[in-house]
Amino acid sequence: MSPILERVLDATTTGAMTSKRPQQNLQGTVHLTTPSDSGEKPRISLLGTSAMLFEAPGELDLQTQRRIWALGQRAAKWDGIREAVPGMSNLMLTFDRPPRQPASLVAALHDAWEAAEELSLEGKTVVLPVQYGGDFGPHLSDVVAHTGLSVDEIVALHSEPLYTVYALGSHPGYCYLGGMDPRIAAPRRKVPVLGLPGGAVSIGGVQTGVSASAGPSGWNTIGHTDMSFFDPARTNPAMFAPGDMIRFSVERIVR
Amino acid sequence: MIEVLSNAALATIQDQGRQGYLRYGVGTSGAMDRVALAIGNLMLGNPDDAAGIEIPLFPFRVRFTQDTAFALTGADCSARLGERPVLPWWTLQAKKDDVLTIGVPASGARCYLLLKGGVDVPVVLGSRSTQLRGEFGGFLGRQLKKGDVVQAAAVEPVHGETINDLAGFGITPPSWTLGELETSPVADPADTVVRVLPAGEYEAYEQDSIEAFWRESWKVTPQSDRYGYRLGGPVLVSKRPVEMRSHGIVPGVIQVPPSGQPIIQLRDAQPSGGYPKIGTVVEADLWRLAQARIGSKLRFVQTSYEEAVDAQDELDRYMTKLRNLVGLHRGTRP
Repeated sequence: MSPILERVLDATTTGAMTSKRPQQNLQGTVHLTTPSDSGEKPRISLLGTSAMLFEAPGELDLQTQRRIWALGQRAAKWDGIREAVPGMSNLMLTFDRPPRQPASLVAALHDAWEAAEELSLEGKTVVLPVQYGGDFGPHLSDVVAHTGLSVDEIVALHSEPLYTVYALGSHPGYCYLGGMDPRIAAPRRKVPVLGLPGGAVSIGGVQTGVSASAGPSGWNTIGHTDMSFFDPARTNPAMFAPGDMIRFSVERIVR
Repeated sequence: MIEVLSNAALATIQDQGRQGYLRYGVGTSGAMDRVALAIGNLMLGNPDDAAGIEIPLFPFRVRFTQDTAFALTGADCSARLGERPVLPWWTLQAKKDDVLTIGVPASGARCYLLLKGGVDVPVVLGSRSTQLRGEFGGFLGRQLKKGDVVQAAAVEPVHGETINDLAGFGITPPSWTLGELETSPVADPADTVVRVLPAGEYEAYEQDSIEAFWRESWKVTPQSDRYGYRLGGPVLVSKRPVEMRSHGIVPGVIQVPPSGQPIIQLRDAQPSGGYPKIGTVVEADLWRLAQARIGSKLRFVQTSYEEAVDAQDELDRYMTKLRNLVGLHRGTRP
């Protein structure tokens, strides 16, 4: 069983907050800033009685993500699993009904992860024109301040890669993209910003993405693109799927 | 079937929620108080997946454009049908042109208006619930406004069933039957107590913060809605900065943004996020949370996974019992 889940179950069944557990155990086994730093073992935790979260060890890269896709396809077929939802090098399983023995699901996840081969999803490639900065990129200056790079350097680094859609989430049609240059990483905002328009291109930590509709966000919005990502009338409602590729082209930079 | 007479915003069409589209970025939506919605449907003999109207702002007024049975559940509203008082958790028969006024609740935050047959809006991606962020589902993908006419699904009359079989009875509120939860130290009676299971980053927090999390009352701030409740209380401090990769989350997850003030994700929440999670309010208690008002206080009581599953089973047994009681009540009517 994963040490994480073990600790959570232990903490709750004893009813203890800490008093019954040695302090060095608390301090010594937690790897949080970068769960992947622990190197070898996946991290598995419960989201109440509704879901379980599997976090892969290692870097946030395409190889890991391809194994996450494979794990998701497999776990989606397990009894009692409502949905397998890939995230960024992680996978959430939601339950039809909460399993009485979550430990067996934990074991199944470990086994399936060990066995998971890289699943290559060959998707389409789409170019999205972006207007960087100005009213639609209100936090570009914060990324400048954090990275010490100039606006031009940030835009150049952001529009250079061919990004892969790793997962969808956040809101209908939103794509989490892999492949951002870590030099333009910037921490999520202390307080989420309300009422951002759809098409917002943003950076959150080492990730980047494009919002599909207006709403709140805790990421740094650096630009804007006009594109419709979601049509609820379709059986497959999202325009992008994991494995698709996106390139941002620089339409304009507003300083 | 009914025409909305008030300007009260924020009322939406909701059912038990939209399942199976999280991987497209589509959250579940659905009633904040799923128990109240389910009970209303039971009382009217509606299908379990029927939709009703969730009302969080009062007074709310509608006019019936034809005769129909309806039910009011959820918050303890002072409602009137014309001049007649309507008790909460009650079902009644309305006549064409009757005006129903739902007043400010004595307790609770959200009232559910259910119509015989259920609200008739198209099923989008498996649900009639309003997806506000995606602007689909529910009534044209938006909140109701003055002048909207909401239809109920046509109902085939069941042989031998008269309209009186459907209306004119009430049930005991679930908070009476299921009871309030106990805390230590003892909570103020006005506080809403919910059970919380520690989540993935629980141990990332300083000991003082963890103790404060369980001990203190948390104020539901005005920036609280169907997306989530932003809470006010002691600042929760992590041992070092925590930056997570984006991952799936579910309603009930308590995230802690860098401000240290927790946010409980609720029915309209994003299906994914990256803030660290200190705990999750268990599914069996989300209906309690739904009825906590802005300005009121919450208390968290630590639970185990086993206890949380038991709590869900208890809630299911309660619903089954209620279903049998309502069936029995119908059966004894002449």
